[in-house]
Amino acid sequence: MYDAKKIVPGILIFVVLFTFPLWSNLGKAAPAPKPELPTTEKVCVMDTAYMKTEHMVLLNQWRDLVVRDANRLWVGPDGREHFMSLQNSCMKCHSSKVKFCDQCHTYAGVTPYCWQCHIEPKENM
Amino acid sequence: MEKDRREFLKIGGISVLGLSALPVFQALAQQQGPRYKPDPNALQGAQWAMVVDMEKCWEEQEKRQCKDCILACHKTHNVPDIPDPKREIKWIWLEEYKHAFPDQAHEYAPQKVKESPFMLLCNHCTNPPCVRVCPTKATFKRAQDGIVMMDFHRCIGCRYCMAGCPYGARSFNWGDPRPYLKTEEINMTYPTRRKGVVEKCTFCYERIDEGLQPACVEACKAKALIFGDVTDPNSEVRKILSDHYSLRRKVELGTGPNVYYLI
Repeated sequence: MYDAKKIVPGILIFVVLFTFPLWSNLGKAAPAPKPELPTTEKVCVMDTAYMKTEHMVLLNQWRDLVVRDANRLWVGPDGREHFMSLQNSCMKCHSSKVKFCDQCHTYAGVTPYCWQCHIEPKENM
Repeated sequence: MEKDRREFLKIGGISVLGLSALPVFQALAQQQGPRYKPDPNALQGAQWAMVVDMEKCWEEQEKRQCKDCILACHKTHNVPDIPDPKREIKWIWLEEYKHAFPDQAHEYAPQKVKESPFMLLCNHCTNPPCVRVCPTKATFKRAQDGIVMMDFHRCIGCRYCMAGCPYGARSFNWGDPRPYLKTEEINMTYPTRRKGVVEKCTFCYERIDEGLQPACVEACKAKALIFGDVTDPNSEVRKILSDHYSLRRKVELGTGPNVYYLI
């Protein structure tokens, strides 16, 4: 092989650099997100499992129901009526965006653009 | 078991029929009553309209530089106060007679009419050009009550609606509007807008859907703004319109404006 002296160390350097994120974080698992649940209410608009995975789908559905079809009330599986609004309903119980929303969103590396228009509650920390 | 072709086709046909019925059964199984509904207090009307009684308005303006409706609207909807006229955002605003009614203004009109400001807002047209030109249906006419609505989520900021609207009722957010809002005055129950969307008066759809009158109507102490269903012969709006001669802006364009002016 021509230039083995250059190629072999070159490949080695490349492999080390390329795998740097893997071995530098080895054994250090990022702590699981701990969103703070509201103390005032026990039940959400839907059950916890659904809200964990599908809350964004539900919010999209709410948006269309409210803005386009002039519906205001959501009847939960338990028959309770909820006012459909991110700002005026969700954030009334989940009163801290930092302690609730951001916990998982930061962990998962997603930045929802809801807050470019909708106003988050004032944090009192 | 021996199977001939006839037998095979029979079973196959029945199976296909059964599969096609599956979605129907699924849809039927999911129907457990409506899971959402409108607010029972919501105001009901087939075509909302507004009468602006300029006599009453001018009387109040002479007394105390009244801008109650503008302040109430802009505070309720977090409309920023941008001083640059090229970037300003307005939902309800004051304009001269010759600009408000360019097709009927003439130099011999009464001095008072020529010199007094008119209160302008979105006309919530019966045949709105902004809705026709919107490529994403971000602006649409509500079928149930005729409000020309904005769905800010869908607006892509192409500004076709601004070119289409002959009344200048639409404003574009050239930048983030939030720096122009005073933090202590922000209405926490209504969103702001973001950079790159168009906005305008929505006849306070969010208040109507909860059974409240529009914010400007509620704020007007002179009772110069009257809101109601123009298709209902018993409504206050219709009574005023049948008793007084009224003006509408640029009727010859065929947009069918639903804001009426009394002079």
